[in-house]
Amino acid sequence: MALLELSDVHARYGPISALHGVSLGVDEGAIVALLGANGAGKTTTLRAISSTVRKTGEITFDGHDISRRAPEDVARLGIAHVPEGRGTLGQLTVWENLRMGAYVRRGGASKVDYDRVCGYFSWIPARRNQVAATLSGGEQQMLAIARALMMRPRLLLLDEPSLGLAPIVVQEIFKIIRAVNEQDKVTVLVVEQNASIALQAAAHAYVLEVGKVAVSGTSAELQKDEAVRRSYLGY
Amino acid sequence: MLSLIQQVISGIATGGIYASLALALVLVYRAMDVANFAQGEMATFSTFISYSLIEYAHIDFWLAFVITILISFGLGVVIERALIRPFEGAPVLTLLIVTLGLFTAFNGVTGLIWGYVFKSYRGGFPDQPIQFGGLYLNTQDLGVLGVVLVMLLLLYLFFTRTKAGLAMRAASLYPDSSRLLGVRVGWMLALGWGLASAVGAVSGMLVAPIIFLDPNMMQAILLFAFTAAVLGGIESVLGAVVGGVAVGILMALVGTYIPGGQDLRLAFGLIVIVVVLLVRPAGLFGRATVKRV
Amino acid sequence: MRRLSRTRPELIGLAVVAAVVLIGLPTVTNQFFTFEFAKVAIFVTALIGLNLLTGYSGQISLGNGAFMAVGGYTTAILVQRTGIPYWTTIPVAGILAGVVGFLIGIPALRLTGVYLALATFALALSIPPVLNHFDTFTGGHGGIVMAPAMPPLGLDLSQEQWLYYLCSGIALVLFLFAWGIVRSRTGRAFMAIRDSETAAVASGISLAYYKTLAFGLSAAYAGVAGSLLAIATSYVNPDTFGLSLSLALLVGVVIGGLGLDFGAVLGSLLVVWLPYYAEKASGLQIGSLSFGGKPDIFYGALLILILFFAPHGAAGLVQRGWRWYLLRRTAARSPLPEPVVER
Ligand SMILES: Nc1ncnc2c1ncn2[C@@H]1O[C@H](COP(=O)(O)OP(=O)(O)OP(=O)(O)O)[C@@H](O)[C@H]1O
Ligand SMILES: [Mg+2]
Repeated sequence: MALLELSDVHARYGPISALHGVSLGVDEGAIVALLGANGAGKTTTLRAISSTVRKTGEITFDGHDISRRAPEDVARLGIAHVPEGRGTLGQLTVWENLRMGAYVRRGGASKVDYDRVCGYFSWIPARRNQVAATLSGGEQQMLAIARALMMRPRLLLLDEPSLGLAPIVVQEIFKIIRAVNEQDKVTVLVVEQNASIALQAAAHAYVLEVGKVAVSGTSAELQKDEAVRRSYLGY
Repeated sequence: MLSLIQQVISGIATGGIYASLALALVLVYRAMDVANFAQGEMATFSTFISYSLIEYAHIDFWLAFVITILISFGLGVVIERALIRPFEGAPVLTLLIVTLGLFTAFNGVTGLIWGYVFKSYRGGFPDQPIQFGGLYLNTQDLGVLGVVLVMLLLLYLFFTRTKAGLAMRAASLYPDSSRLLGVRVGWMLALGWGLASAVGAVSGMLVAPIIFLDPNMMQAILLFAFTAAVLGGIESVLGAVVGGVAVGILMALVGTYIPGGQDLRLAFGLIVIVVVLLVRPAGLFGRATVKRV
Repeated sequence: MRRLSRTRPELIGLAVVAAVVLIGLPTVTNQFFTFEFAKVAIFVTALIGLNLLTGYSGQISLGNGAFMAVGGYTTAILVQRTGIPYWTTIPVAGILAGVVGFLIGIPALRLTGVYLALATFALALSIPPVLNHFDTFTGGHGGIVMAPAMPPLGLDLSQEQWLYYLCSGIALVLFLFAWGIVRSRTGRAFMAIRDSETAAVASGISLAYYKTLAFGLSAAYAGVAGSLLAIATSYVNPDTFGLSLSLALLVGVVIGGLGLDFGAVLGSLLVVWLPYYAEKASGLQIGSLSFGGKPDIFYGALLILILFFAPHGAAGLVQRGWRWYLLRRTAARSPLPEPVVER
């Protein structure tokens, strides 16, 4: 059974309906990509999982129904959501951001986790006491991932980790995502505009179109499918 | 000149008391953008509890002090959960009026339980001068300063070193992000009210030996605390402290050097509030501009 | 237009009933109650003023008790020093309080929400000690005692009845005046400002002018009320005009809700009678605690309960309330909009 399963999820912002019956599954240990045009509902899908948007439908995580839990309770199950816009705690320092990442862990931030995160992002120790808002956009994006890793999540939800980053940094970030997935056994659901790099990293992908899953399959299938490539991936 | 220095020193001590209550106001304001008009009356209520503990249960002052702080903390948490929480998401003005309702209710309950007769309240420090050079310093003043400094240090350590303190800061600044990190933001607000109530109680127990204990005793102090908070920038902890001390000194000078100045101190508070808001709405240390409601 | 002609007969009927009740009241109640109703009329005047400010221009004031003090002391000092007839001081009190309000409205211009509440709260708190301080004028703690207000010669009324007619007559006139204001250009400007300052400025409304005007008007109403209170009780002292008066006014507005309708009367009835019944409630005891003579607890509890259970009733204090009010009047059968207080 899949670690995360959505079935027939509808979501709305006030009168505006954003998801019309999304169903998808993420297997334990996998990297899954969620693709689609602007406004297709990718962000909303992640928000439905972390319970930060009004929704109906069934969402199960590790066999538990999480569709009616509060965001903080979803987080406590081990789902780390790096939201669109990074969710940086701007007025706090880098180190405080990381401590907050480990908030749900008993005993708080551990040395082991900190060292592990610094292994991925080697610039962090030197910037430990810098106020997070003064980091560059790319650094903030990395900090957001680092913060999520401090939680030792079972499932990592990433919303456009490549947004606003230099191509080389994007490569770097996806290398880290793969490393996290392989070494730390973290399942990843990643939303991306940059479809080609996402499909390289992911084993499986879903393509959303106006609030519904339009196509899904393994990355290889999607990359091969001419129609999908032209209509959804744009290359 | 010596008398001036003495006035300034006693002003600093009283300012520490204003700073404490201002700090309580800032704690609540940062958590929910509302000035808690009931903060002073809650502190009065707490001080009366300590009075009862000392007079009727014959508990030592300092033990009563600690017990009262704990009770006040609980009281603040309960009030937030029971009376403020139901108004979550309501317009700021609604919340403001709720705190005014609390103000009136607490004032009434305190009067109901303890009556309106002025009571003398013996604090934890002897009221005797000690000579220092040519200066006569009051033990009471020095004691107040000491307590306020210890409290500030503890609060600083709490907010920077502990998980709960850090989460409180994060929750008040970034409620949405904090939720995603597993923080129960609602409880952090309650914790903020609890802390504010405890800090307010300290200010009440420090001021009661200087003035008399009565149900209205904190109203003037509340106004000075508001003055301090506005002067320092209503979202700034440091500002509350600096503002409190500045207001304390100002009021000591007004009370001493202006004929009949005791009566005019409140009006001076009003003037400072208005002038600061006109000239520098963000206060000395505030970054934010005045919030439009 | 059609609506207007349809409702007009009802309105006239209502007005007739109201007039009969207003005029007939003193003939059916005793002197004590007549006097209490005079006080109700005084509070109606003050609440209409506060409503103009809070309900219509969206500014909060916790300091209208202080403007009442200006009015009350103006009357008392003029009567005491110059010996002019007390009734001639009423307009003077109103105008003077209005001017003071206008001046205070200037800094208030830049203050919004919480800050305006803070500043007016400070005003309410600092007025009594200031009155104490300038005791050569104000009589200090002891206040000023005036000769009781007698009915004009030739009127066969008791003193209470005269006070009742005087106060309710003035309340009625000022009510009609306010009614006119809110339907005029000025009233529309107030409401535009309340609904959105930005939009109001964009449509050419002078914020500075209308906001200070609202403050001045509201203060003038409070000044007249203060003057009447001084005349009715033939006495002023600093404690009459303390913070609790300002808070009582706020309670009255919250209970009465927004708009110039029965709300102000309802609020006033409560503000006047609650202390009275609280006094009577001395029988109400829990253990050794007697609730007698302590209206504060009831005020506080009432404020919170009203806001919680009847956010619509408290609508006058929040911007969205106005729209709801309009809806209620124009589309009686349309579903209620969302409550002001969300839960
Ligand atoms: N806060 C909101 N209020 C109202 N509508 C919203 C809100 N957030 C999103 N929407 C609407 O919901 C739909 C889905 O938005 P969503 O943010 O999920 O898209 P997305 O796939 O993440 O797009 P992008 O690639 O641009 O980030 C859009 O039509 C959007 O306009
Ligand atoms: Mg998006």
